Amino acid sequence: MNPIYNQQVEQAFDAIRQEAISKTKAAKNEDIPEITIGKATCGLAAGALDTESAFKEALAEQGIQARMKSVGCIGHCYAEPIVIIDHPASGFPPIFYHQVTPGKARMLVKSFLLDHDPLFEHLLGAMRENEMIPQVLDFPRFQFEKRIVMEQSGFIDPGKIEEYIARGGYSQLVKVLQSDPEEIVQGVKRSGLRGRGGAGFLTGAKWEFVSRAEGKEKVIICNGDEGDPGAYMDRTILESNPHQLLEGMAICAYAVGAGRAIVYIRAEYPLAVQTITQAIQQAEALGLLGKNILGSSFDLEVVVFQGSGAFVCGEETALIKSIEGERGMPQHRPPYPAQSGLWGMPTVINNVKTFSSIPAIVRNGPEWFSEIGTKTSPGTAIFSVVGDVVHPGLIEIPMGVTLRHLIFDVCGGIPKKKGFKAVQIGGPSGGCIPEALLDTPVDFDALNHVGAMMGSGGMVIMDEDTCMVNVARYFLDFTQKESCGKCTFCRIGTHHLLRILDRITKGEGRETDLEQLETLSQDIKRGSLCGLGRTAPNPILTALRYFRDEFEAHIFEKRCPACMCRQLTAYYIDLDKCARGCDACVGSCPVEAIFTTKDRKKGIDQTLCVKCGECMTACPEEYSAVKKVSPPDLAPIVERPDK
Amino acid sequence: MTKQNNSDEERIILEDIESRLSSFGKDRWNLIPILQMIQTRHHYLPADAIRMVANYLDIAACEVYGVATFYNQFRFNPPGKHPIQVCLGTACHVSGGDIILENFERKLGIREGETTEDREFSLERVACVGCCALAPVAVVDKIVHGRMAPSKVEGLLLGFQIEKEKQERAKRSDESNL
Repeated sequence: MNPIYNQQVEQAFDAIRQEAISKTKAAKNEDIPEITIGKATCGLAAGALDTESAFKEALAEQGIQARMKSVGCIGHCYAEPIVIIDHPASGFPPIFYHQVTPGKARMLVKSFLLDHDPLFEHLLGAMRENEMIPQVLDFPRFQFEKRIVMEQSGFIDPGKIEEYIARGGYSQLVKVLQSDPEEIVQGVKRSGLRGRGGAGFLTGAKWEFVSRAEGKEKVIICNGDEGDPGAYMDRTILESNPHQLLEGMAICAYAVGAGRAIVYIRAEYPLAVQTITQAIQQAEALGLLGKNILGSSFDLEVVVFQGSGAFVCGEETALIKSIEGERGMPQHRPPYPAQSGLWGMPTVINNVKTFSSIPAIVRNGPEWFSEIGTKTSPGTAIFSVVGDVVHPGLIEIPMGVTLRHLIFDVCGGIPKKKGFKAVQIGGPSGGCIPEALLDTPVDFDALNHVGAMMGSGGMVIMDEDTCMVNVARYFLDFTQKESCGKCTFCRIGTHHLLRILDRITKGEGRETDLEQLETLSQDIKRGSLCGLGRTAPNPILTALRYFRDEFEAHIFEKRCPACMCRQLTAYYIDLDKCARGCDACVGSCPVEAIFTTKDRKKGIDQTLCVKCGECMTACPEEYSAVKKVSPPDLAPIVERPDK
Repeated sequence: MTKQNNSDEERIILEDIESRLSSFGKDRWNLIPILQMIQTRHHYLPADAIRMVANYLDIAACEVYGVATFYNQFRFNPPGKHPIQVCLGTACHVSGGDIILENFERKLGIREGETTEDREFSLERVACVGCCALAPVAVVDKIVHGRMAPSKVEGLLLGFQIEKEKQERAKRSDESNL
């Protein structure tokens, strides 16, 4: 390649970088405090907007000058809304506050910004090492994580391209534009990066197919159709650091020789759609995307396509069909999309996390990446850990860490001193893993081996009060609804599986049911075309493998050991514990099933009770008089006095 | 609401759609973006709009209908003024999302997928809104409410009722002032 031409790219970018740096420097005025609020979807749901307006009001009332900054999600969902206050004049380092309600916000303005008292009882930690406040980076949750993809999530403003550039963003694209495309493909291949969408196919190999494929026009697609219930890392990345994804896509497009790129995002993620659309406009305005990128001959047109809500569209051939304006039904492979994909063009389809890993791999080299994690699954994995866990949220850890370490050390274990029962990995295509297998390392192959799968990285932790039959039923209900209907086994087979499970959870299970569940599951796996059908029975098969006794209790004893299946459970009030004259539960009952007994204690009318559990929550902890039993006829009968 | 009103409303919707169709190309891959445009602007796809789109793209109406019914995003009946979506993702299910849905059903007297008679509320279930750490979650008027409980359901609906009564009172006092 012509060296003068290279210099042009470098020079063009240098001007952009200088401007971005001076712009961010100008915005960061050291004299006034800076208040940073996490405003991704989860922060907003936890009330970040109320907190923000409380800050603004209080600042105006007190007449204090401060800069409000919006960032994406840092991944610590348990602590939302999260606020970081940098107040240099107070002598303290930047401080991380968690669960900042509007009331706390007003307090902080008065105490910290005005009187320089950081309110030790409300802070989580400091953002850098100091002698006054423990540093958050020393906390287990922060220490065990290794962030590559989410490194800047929650620290930069996703709406401002200059912040990404000032922190070194897009410089990898510049580097790539000056090298041979084939070299990039080989580099990614050497890094051993595997597709983060779930199947774990070698990304470099996919790129190689496309770069060598015949055909003048090629296209790349970013799969952000995150339909897996319980997983939301793609959304978080799109909302928190859109430019990193765009840089990764641009590198890929250059490497395989594509001129068009499509970001496919679920319509259920309006904020993500808005953020990425804005990011594309900003990058185009600076000449980092679009025609003649940075004065070179490389063009890349990026458009956003909104998915319309069909789980099966996460499958690559179905996703392509849906962009083409058809029903999103999977197609037979081969031909693979790499040979003939969207509109018959060779197509690269990669997940949001895969593309977002690329800039770091280019920056640090493939060898650096392949040394992280395990030999066969290098790099980091992002999990959304939710359910019955102390610190739910997004975590990025090196592959190969054990599940036990992840759940108990990184995420704080099970709340309320309850016992661990199972962890569900991989959503509707994954499986439930019991305590005995918690030492399984997290990587593509080890998880497949125990019957679960990496999937998109959704991880739901379940405590001892969770019924595995019910959970299996839930996932079947989901896949049954989302089956596209193309293959008979998937369409009708899942329906039958669901009916059997329905019966079992209602206490109408039959002796032959377990065998039928197993054989039908195997048939569905064999008789389906795409990943949805082939993995749909996984939740049942793993539940049967590891929690068979629970199925048996439902079928033979008509009993739900976890007291979760509502037809098999009853609530009652223990009269020995119920406090005379206390009315806490009465108002909480949505159906007025709670009555007062003759001696002014409470009873539950079983014919009215809908088993919502609200009275159990309402009963003061010192009494804990509301109890659950299964089977329901074990509940003592309390007579309702005549009116 | 009278029939006359209904058809007036639909006429306005159809006129709006017609005026916007020309900004889309006529290739097949514009179909889903067009349907999405109609859904976001009017919150449902009227039967006549489906025919209009089919004509515009020169494909059969049953093709359009086939695509529209395949995806979860599209509705075929007008929604309520306050759409309510109850999340039944994994985390929400484990923490009792179905109980929340049931409570809405009971309080509103409708089933999932229906709209109340006065067209104030419509109720539906969604697979996951991506706020799993705040489960169970319900989205009311596009605002996400985390950590739901049956008593919160009651509180939310009561809030709307009070707001409505307030508005009616204000309207009445405005009228009496005139």
